[in-house]
Amino acid sequence: MGKRFAVMAATMIFSASAAATTAPTPKAVVEHYAVVVYASYEDTLNAARHLQQAVDRFVAAPSADGLQEARKQWLAAREWYGQTEAFRFYGGPIDSATGPEGRLNAWPVDEAYIDAVKDRADSGIINNPKIAITKKTLMALNEKDGEENISAGWHAIEFLLWGQDQDINGPGNRPYTDFVDDKAPNAVRRRQYLKVATDLLLDDLTQVTKAWAPTAKNYRARFVANPANLGKMLTGIGVLSRGELAGERIEVALDTKSQEDEHSCFSDNTHRDVVANSRGIRNVWRGEFKRADGSVLTGPSLRELVAAKNKAAAERVDSDVDASVQAAESIPAPFDRAIVVGSPGRPAVEQTVVALKRQAEGLVVAAGVLGIKRLNTAVPE
Amino acid sequence: MLTAASPPPLLRGRVRVGVLLFALTTATHAAGPAAHAELGEELSGGATTVFDDGRNAFSYPAANLTSDRQTDFFIGNSFFKKNWVEAPASTRARDGLGPHFIARACAGCHVLDGRGAPPKTRGGVAIEPPTGLLFRLSIPGDGGIYGVVSEPTYGGQLNNRAIQGVQPEARVQIRYQTIAGRFADGARYQLRQPLYRFTDLAYGKLHPQTLISPRVAPQVIGLGLLEAIRADDILANAERQRIANNGISGRPNRVWDAYAQEWVIGRFGWKANVGSVAHQDAGAFVGDIGITSQRFSNDGCTDAQPDCRDAVAREAGVRRARGESPVDIDERTLDKVIFYTRTLAVPARRRWDAPEVLRGKRLFHDAGCASCHVPQYRTGELNGLPELSGQTIRPYTDLLLHDMGEHLADHRPDFAADGREWRTPPLWGIGLIKTVNRHTYYLHDGRARDLMEAVLWHGGEAEAAKQRVLQLTKSERAALLSFLQSL
Repeated sequence: MGKRFAVMAATMIFSASAAATTAPTPKAVVEHYAVVVYASYEDTLNAARHLQQAVDRFVAAPSADGLQEARKQWLAAREWYGQTEAFRFYGGPIDSATGPEGRLNAWPVDEAYIDAVKDRADSGIINNPKIAITKKTLMALNEKDGEENISAGWHAIEFLLWGQDQDINGPGNRPYTDFVDDKAPNAVRRRQYLKVATDLLLDDLTQVTKAWAPTAKNYRARFVANPANLGKMLTGIGVLSRGELAGERIEVALDTKSQEDEHSCFSDNTHRDVVANSRGIRNVWRGEFKRADGSVLTGPSLRELVAAKNKAAAERVDSDVDASVQAAESIPAPFDRAIVVGSPGRPAVEQTVVALKRQAEGLVVAAGVLGIKRLNTAVPE
Repeated sequence: MLTAASPPPLLRGRVRVGVLLFALTTATHAAGPAAHAELGEELSGGATTVFDDGRNAFSYPAANLTSDRQTDFFIGNSFFKKNWVEAPASTRARDGLGPHFIARACAGCHVLDGRGAPPKTRGGVAIEPPTGLLFRLSIPGDGGIYGVVSEPTYGGQLNNRAIQGVQPEARVQIRYQTIAGRFADGARYQLRQPLYRFTDLAYGKLHPQTLISPRVAPQVIGLGLLEAIRADDILANAERQRIANNGISGRPNRVWDAYAQEWVIGRFGWKANVGSVAHQDAGAFVGDIGITSQRFSNDGCTDAQPDCRDAVAREAGVRRARGESPVDIDERTLDKVIFYTRTLAVPARRRWDAPEVLRGKRLFHDAGCASCHVPQYRTGELNGLPELSGQTIRPYTDLLLHDMGEHLADHRPDFAADGREWRTPPLWGIGLIKTVNRHTYYLHDGRARDLMEAVLWHGGEAEAAKQRVLQLTKSERAALLSFLQSL
């Protein structure tokens, strides 16, 4: 009895001293989160500018090389955007009632809503000359009369750059001639569409970046003023872990084994989406972000805050986030082949789901340590 | 699936006592105030309640669903949300659309699991085709287990879309007529009465005795909890209203359930013409999207629609040649969609303890609204869904049919419901429709443009309650609306 008491006392002393030296204040954690969010959107916006420049050059003079360059820039920008998805699901600037998320990243896309598809040469907005292709119309038509009626955002642009994925071993292969007058019907409208959709993407990314800029009167200012927003930070990464990434984006695909259930189905970039999302979750948990210029942001984190109160709960999440990033990195491309039963890639996909689910449960525990009850981890888009 | 459909006699005896007690409690409520915040009142769905008041507020699984149970929810969600395509297609998991349909996915009408809206109008005339507003068709006669006799040429509902090579059945024109009125304090209001006309009828004239009923797609939250309400509690509502003898006389609909293979109390749909979530989902799949399943294997082409029948025959031929099942959705997948729609959570109330809301709550009770919009139940047992069982829920419905007056009447019977009767719709979540769906159109055909208009359309058995609302002062009306917005 006496010995056991001594052990307990020693533990208490240890954690008390750890708390005294390393525990950050909730306010400091929330403030540093805002720094990470802003940096993440800034890097995304810069990468998207390169995409915009490539698209501008391509629509001015369509060529095979120009299309290739636009695709390359799209893929590069997704690496940054994917990490920002950890800042969703709590009604912040990205997905409040007026936020642009549904216009930026909605999927799956009903391709025929946008353009011609196999056996349907005349379908889509592009082939309907009655519709003027402007930012305003693309905004109005997005999700009109159905959640798959997607007219804008990353995946609409992806479809225009790659086309339908008819190749079991690779991505879509839309010819650049789809954008050349006299080589394809409505090529001028297709060029317009690609340009307008890309410009709209930039507008929307600019809007969310501004909302997190270190200026006086914006969302960020209100956010950092309230340490209770720790709950929002955890909701964002909890829902992305379980409901969105594990559930909506991977478990559904594992169940249907169907190409149409992969996130970036035209470019076959889904394996990278999963990695970027997982990294985004880890970024928030650790208060770390590796920027596009190679520098690394560090600062007061959820990890330290939880560790100060319950070391085991923090260590668990810490190993969970590494495990899920590692599992995500092991998914071989293309994702639509990896999900097929008997495919050598399938166990890696399954392992990623297991890791993400475990991580979400750990985050619920961690939230409880901070006194946050009812942490949502399950909203699907 | 409905475990409470025929309780043993002993239970019945005990329930009688419950009925009387409930009647007494309600009487006390009517006389005295209900103006305090009750313990747990914000938890509209009991332990299933979720806390979110944003655009996704209707899209969560029940809060007490474990992570492993959520997997089926996510898969069900996918088949609820994603578009179905024409068969045969390379995407075999989701082919079989049509031949006739009104939407390509459940979420086409129930966007974000929310409520559909009537088409946009200009100058009182609809300027786009309806989505999320469908038209049921029938002719007089005893429909037996189908509830109605379908219109012989067009079938049980008008489908204004079709796959390639098949004609859409018709176009719909909507015009609105204005009806003006005043509150007792002189404040004016205007209501709009819709008038419908079908044009471009592809298969000839409608039967001269055709009965038409417009129906807006309602939000799909909390359906499993409604299913878990004990049948005896629904019957007790009718009994209580009968005893009170004050002009409110709700009665249950009696419907055939294709899953239970028996007659049950109707709970779902604007006329309570469906008794289970399973039947509702499978019926909507075939009726609205043209997706056949084991229990609803007929695409619904009539003899007068050869192009529709040819398309069905072609699809069947391809399926046979591929060695696939003859129906579009397999039972395993359908079960997941049913699980999904049963476990969609109800969001928590907002501002439930604000003085303004409590004042509105008292006015709601005093006006008599709560006799039909019954606030609270304790759910019974639902097979396989312990999460939904034994929960204290606050749906604000008696699930009974009421005569709602001539203005709202569609004059189209549906099982036991007559042409003036509608089911009391649950009010939970109603204050979030604007956030989720970006509109505020209410009632069975979306004619009401806001909550007060919806109240003012109440007639028939609800006439007296409406008259009391007309007597309210401006600030009382605002309080009543604050209460409704908090739901």
